[in-house]
Amino acid sequence: MKRNLTLPINESTARELRMGDILFLTGTIFTARDEAHLLMLEKHETGVSLPFDPSQMALFHCGPVVSEQGGKWQVIAAGPTTSIRMEIFEDKYLETFRPPIIIGKGGMGDRTQAALQSVGAVYTHYTGGAGALAAKCIESVEGVEWLDELGMPEAAWFFKVKDFGPLLVTMDSAGGNLYKTLEPTIANNVQAIMARINAT
Amino acid sequence: MGSLPVSTALRAALKQAATVLPQDVVRALEAARARETSAMASAQLDAILENVSVASNGSIPMCQDTGIQTFFVEAGVESPFLKDLKAWIREAVVQATSDIPLRPNTVDPFTGKNPGDNTGYYMPCINWELVEGSDVVITVLPKGGGSENMSALKMLPPGVGQKGIKKAVIEHIVACGGKPCPPTIVGLGIGGGADIAMKLGKKAVLREIGSRNALDKAAELERELLDLVNMTGVGAMGVGGDTTCLAVHIEVAHRHPASLPLGILVQCWADRRARVRLRADGTAEVIS
Repeated sequence: MKRNLTLPINESTARELRMGDILFLTGTIFTARDEAHLLMLEKHETGVSLPFDPSQMALFHCGPVVSEQGGKWQVIAAGPTTSIRMEIFEDKYLETFRPPIIIGKGGMGDRTQAALQSVGAVYTHYTGGAGALAAKCIESVEGVEWLDELGMPEAAWFFKVKDFGPLLVTMDSAGGNLYKTLEPTIANNVQAIMARINAT
Repeated sequence: MGSLPVSTALRAALKQAATVLPQDVVRALEAARARETSAMASAQLDAILENVSVASNGSIPMCQDTGIQTFFVEAGVESPFLKDLKAWIREAVVQATSDIPLRPNTVDPFTGKNPGDNTGYYMPCINWELVEGSDVVITVLPKGGGSENMSALKMLPPGVGQKGIKKAVIEHIVACGGKPCPPTIVGLGIGGGADIAMKLGKKAVLREIGSRNALDKAAELERELLDLVNMTGVGAMGVGGDTTCLAVHIEVAHRHPASLPLGILVQCWADRRARVRLRADGTAEVIS
């Protein structure tokens, strides 16, 4: 099902989203890769509050190319990065900061799936390589945190987006997982292909 | 585009490759979209096609990974410029990196240091072939890292024959899943030694989609493997669908009786390439 969503969304809306839904987001999304995940968790553990509320936004696994022109930030390209790198701490991150939507590439593992179920959130897949299209859907850069400490790709960037997508829900809060659903189908197809090769 | 100084033509080719997807690839993506039956895969193909048009209209790179700048030079032995070509190509890469801009992608494997201009040991990567005549044709292939990571060499026992080649390709493409950003172009180098098989695989990726190997048996295998790969159901971006691969291209070399090397080169949907012809009078043009 195609859905246009305006952020923020609450937990019950996030829990309605299902594997196979295609989302287009309007509102504020923020980027965080390995380093920003670690830094935010560290701040939380030492009792330092964040300058923003991740539960009101969507989390984007992305290291953008951004340039400063006339004192204003402009996004050149902002495609998704490979999400599985964040698997080692994404469950803790979700439980701590509760972003309702993750945007990334390639899917995540069992620990993240369990956390999506417990907090009521979804993992969405954004088309690999579509960096120009992503940049077009970003209306403006609302700000950046930890740019000096982490550098351009690892900093947390805040993007005001309009109809950002297509974001395909591949892991949902009810345990739906597109990657696992596809496995038996592909295995059957491969069996049929091998039989055809053997018959030639 | 008409006659240009060679440095201008090379920079124009690098820009064209980064920002404009060749028409044969666009047509193949459009055809894949037209026959796609999965809504999820259709959404991926729509996004790819829209991204291609946004990049082309805005003259911006179509993917944030602008690749390793890889060149294939067919150098006419009578060209007066053979001694200059390497320096000209290098200079064009440095200029294009700051002008377009391209992402600086060359990293020292020991120190991790990035020189920032897409040069380094053996970089830009230049493959040389001597041909007759006085023209030089330079093809650039900016090769992305995600799909290059999915390339592989299989040293098969010759006894497995054609069936073994087909099975190895299917197993490999299924194992890759969505990681190389499908729908891909798969270049296969069959035969030779290990190095020749890999190089032929990369050369095969350069061929226009729809072209066939001149050898009947290789052309037939290209057609058959394309059908078989697309029966896997991996689909665009690995979300399940009818088109996993836009083309399979094969290049062939004779082999040692004890070896059957199979080079599998995987190219993401952004099959970026451009070609420059340099004439003996010093003028050049972007020819595709």
